[in-house]
Amino acid sequence: MTADAVRSEVLRPRSLSRARRPTVRASRFVLYAALLVMAAFYLTPVYVLLVTGLKGFDEVSLERMWDFPQGLSLTGFADAFDKLAPNLANSFRLVIPATLISAAIGSLNGYILAKWRFRGSEVLFPLILFGMFIPYQAILIPLLQVTRGLGVAGSIEGLILVHVVYGIPITTLIFRNYYAAIPNELIEAARVDGADFVRIYRDVLLPLSISGFVVVLIWQFTSIWNDFLFAVTLTEQSNWPVTVALNNLAGSFSVEWNVQMAGALLAALPTLLVFVFLGRYFVRGLLAGSLKG
Amino acid sequence: MLIAPSILAVGVFVYGLIGWTAFVSTTNWNDLLPDYSSAGLANFASIFDNPRFQIDLRNTTVFTVCFVAAALVLGLVLANLIDRRIRAEGFFRSVFLFPMAISFIVTGVVWKWLLTPSSGFNSLFHLDPTTNRWFTDETVIHLGSDSPVGRWLGDIGLGFLTSTNFGVPVAMLSIVLAAVWQMSGFVMALYLAGLRAIPDELREAARVDGATELRVFRHVVLPLLTPVTISAVIILGHISLKIYDLTVAMSPIGPGFGTDVPANFMWTTAFNDNQFARGAAVAVVMLVLIAIVIVPYLIWTGRREIER
Amino acid sequence: MTRTTVRARFALLGAIAIALSACSSSASPGASSGTGAAKVEIFSWWTAGGEATGLNKLIDQFNSKNPQWQVVNQAVAGGAGSNAKAVLKTRVLDNKPPDLFQSHMGHELTDTWLQYIEPLDDLYAKNSWNDKFPKGVMDIISDGGHIWAVPVNIHRANVLWYNKKVFSANGIKPPTTWDEFRTVADKLRGKGIIPLALGGKDNFEAGQVLETILIGTLGADKYKGLWTGTTNWAGADVTKALTTFKTVLGYVNPDHSALTWDQANDLVISGKAAMTIMGDWVDGYNASKNFTDYGWALAPGNKDIYDALSDVFALPKGAKNADAAKSFLTLLGSPEGQDIFNPNKGSVPARLDAGKPAADQKQYDDYLKSAQADWKADTIVPSLEHGAAAKPSWATAYNQAVTLFMTSGNVAAAQTALVKACKDAGICK
Repeated sequence: MTADAVRSEVLRPRSLSRARRPTVRASRFVLYAALLVMAAFYLTPVYVLLVTGLKGFDEVSLERMWDFPQGLSLTGFADAFDKLAPNLANSFRLVIPATLISAAIGSLNGYILAKWRFRGSEVLFPLILFGMFIPYQAILIPLLQVTRGLGVAGSIEGLILVHVVYGIPITTLIFRNYYAAIPNELIEAARVDGADFVRIYRDVLLPLSISGFVVVLIWQFTSIWNDFLFAVTLTEQSNWPVTVALNNLAGSFSVEWNVQMAGALLAALPTLLVFVFLGRYFVRGLLAGSLKG
Repeated sequence: MLIAPSILAVGVFVYGLIGWTAFVSTTNWNDLLPDYSSAGLANFASIFDNPRFQIDLRNTTVFTVCFVAAALVLGLVLANLIDRRIRAEGFFRSVFLFPMAISFIVTGVVWKWLLTPSSGFNSLFHLDPTTNRWFTDETVIHLGSDSPVGRWLGDIGLGFLTSTNFGVPVAMLSIVLAAVWQMSGFVMALYLAGLRAIPDELREAARVDGATELRVFRHVVLPLLTPVTISAVIILGHISLKIYDLTVAMSPIGPGFGTDVPANFMWTTAFNDNQFARGAAVAVVMLVLIAIVIVPYLIWTGRREIER
Repeated sequence: MTRTTVRARFALLGAIAIALSACSSSASPGASSGTGAAKVEIFSWWTAGGEATGLNKLIDQFNSKNPQWQVVNQAVAGGAGSNAKAVLKTRVLDNKPPDLFQSHMGHELTDTWLQYIEPLDDLYAKNSWNDKFPKGVMDIISDGGHIWAVPVNIHRANVLWYNKKVFSANGIKPPTTWDEFRTVADKLRGKGIIPLALGGKDNFEAGQVLETILIGTLGADKYKGLWTGTTNWAGADVTKALTTFKTVLGYVNPDHSALTWDQANDLVISGKAAMTIMGDWVDGYNASKNFTDYGWALAPGNKDIYDALSDVFALPKGAKNADAAKSFLTLLGSPEGQDIFNPNKGSVPARLDAGKPAADQKQYDDYLKSAQADWKADTIVPSLEHGAAAKPSWATAYNQAVTLFMTSGNVAAAQTALVKACKDAGICK
């Protein structure tokens, strides 16, 4: 059975095999009530973001946060978009290549560590993994010096490099676990057929990795998009991604909350869309062995 | 070998820079001008002597334990709700999962609004703001030194356990709530994946043996979910030990440092007060804390790997 | 899973991304028009509101007169400048300083930056500025016989703001002593009104209230002595100030640690609270909220004392365009420059001879006019919370003592911590 077959087997929603009892209807009601209450809980913050973003600044206050805006004011969104537009573009220029590169590297590393064991590889893997756990504030100053030494300080390229490097542990982990679930027999068979390292990767593993890639791409896209710390210290103003610019919508002594909230929604839109459109594949990808340790 | 560049990069950017930080933590660089003369362990003595850092260590422990536990439980509950052939499964899954797409900064700002006592949930549900104080509550739940247990601890020389430094700051629980909102959907996704990987036949077999639904869950499903739980604990645990953006946006200091965390202390010490060596010492302590959680896990996975 | 749907979804997302970046890049202002002018970087934390407007007006004026240079405002916001300070420090430590940077007048600048910035004695001599700023300011921006920065503006930290309607409805007047404060506050509390609105989220608000109590209890000279080692932190008057502070804290909103200063001020605007003690950036904030029914007085006991903070600009060593930076500093220090910036920022000019903006510029409002008169007449003392009185690590230690005091209420412990803070700062023996 191939990995894909395993997956489609388990993907099938479970059949409710119990005989329907009279209590079923009541328990269904409780089930949906619980789901709706939870959904309301998860959506409340979005409501606050949205109504605040639609208010004029003089209307914004903590005390009236639940009220609908009196008359739709789009100034918050318009202001925010005006100010954030160039940085949204920067974010895409940063996130797309960084995500793709780190997924590619992670896939390659995962392949090697899962299927081409070499002396010390089982020591190497935990050593790489440890990298995802360090608090980044601790390494900011020397990091800046290293990027300077490499001649990429201040640029989007430099930030891409940093995100790719610090993305190595998590992407390697996801792909390695993912590939570990693929039966060795499959690799062996290909090898017997005369396939080499590259061809096994290209012809056997890559076609099976789509859901692995989805998980890694979503994960990296989200975390790189939302990063603030690296972005604010490592890039120049013209290269700031949207998180830094969003932060800059605030003044030193007061914050225009309507613009801030509208900006937060705009800045969150791409990652939200990714989750809405690809969320189900994220769940499937997780299911397919990745992140299970 | 194709993996060599990755090894080099991780070697330099992770281990090289950790080494540098560890080195700085033993120097006298406590002014903007770098000073690499040796200070021994003086910086560590200084931070452990600081009441704020003691409070921070308490806070980060409380936060980690509560956040990981709550996110696991809620994630498991949500996964079980969803895994019942419901209508609009995709909708509910997206609703529970989307907070993960939002940055901690935005989460912090919104939840600060929602939990501000004079407004937010209190005004929505007509709760009394003087008793529902959320993250402005300076109460620290701790063992009283004159309670029976406290007296007993005092008798056996463990009286220090009754200080507020070993209590639970109520304010921190509000931060936990926000963090759980953000990350429980991810845990749900993990558990959902785990649940769907359990073949129906296993449950059926148990049911045929006369087990109640609860027993089936407890004795069949939960054990099979153990690997998922471990992964979730590791991912959530390292997020919570590093937590910074969320508390800074929501309540950087809190009442009596009730929501302060080591990462915030480190940032202030190094970048506001220019005490870079002391800041590095805080970072080293954070790393050690994280290592205590992570290294056993890494060794455990490594062992399992070899057994395979 | 069906691969086509995945691909379709990716394609759709990709299309959205491209569309977004396309329309956003077309919306970006044509900032660098490729004139080949040398870029001059000014590093500040002014990114929004009146302060950004003021600075941008200055920059526009400078750029139009000096086509060979293009000044850009490289600003990082957040946490009253804390992000900006961190970014600035990493850049300077990395030998890649901007051409000019913003700091606060006083020890935040002189105790931190002296090895990294150029003295400006020549600039002051060339423009004959030495007698144009008050002596109190010249003292604070000088160290070791050199002048280190150009002050752009002055803010006042010891102002009591109140809701006029609430005051007249209750027949009360702004208190001038802390005893009067108590009487007024009791009366307000009896009516269910929060006497004093307080913020606390950013960890300077309560410390600033204690600062004004110290000024009110010790007087200008002894207060200044606290920061130079001539006034004893263990003294009885500091004990008295802490006791007063404890009393005052009994009259504030219980959720102070959640609120930023402006959200605390919103309580005054709505009439839920009667007063707040805060810097004079409240004036501009009230205007932006269309709130006009407010009055101002000095914090109790602070008569004739100007608790000052100032934004200054300094010239880092190794700046790429030092000539341009100096030329921009000349504009910042001129009466013309100060009168373009300050009405927008909502602060008063540091220069004594400024105060008359050109007719086509924004004018000073009533509060600012009164503050300007005080600025020329009052005794100037440095604000602790905004970098003027002590170095940052001392301010942090002071704030730590305040934060712990607010929950413990332990006067003796707080005083011990304040004594230790002074010793750790190397000022007290």
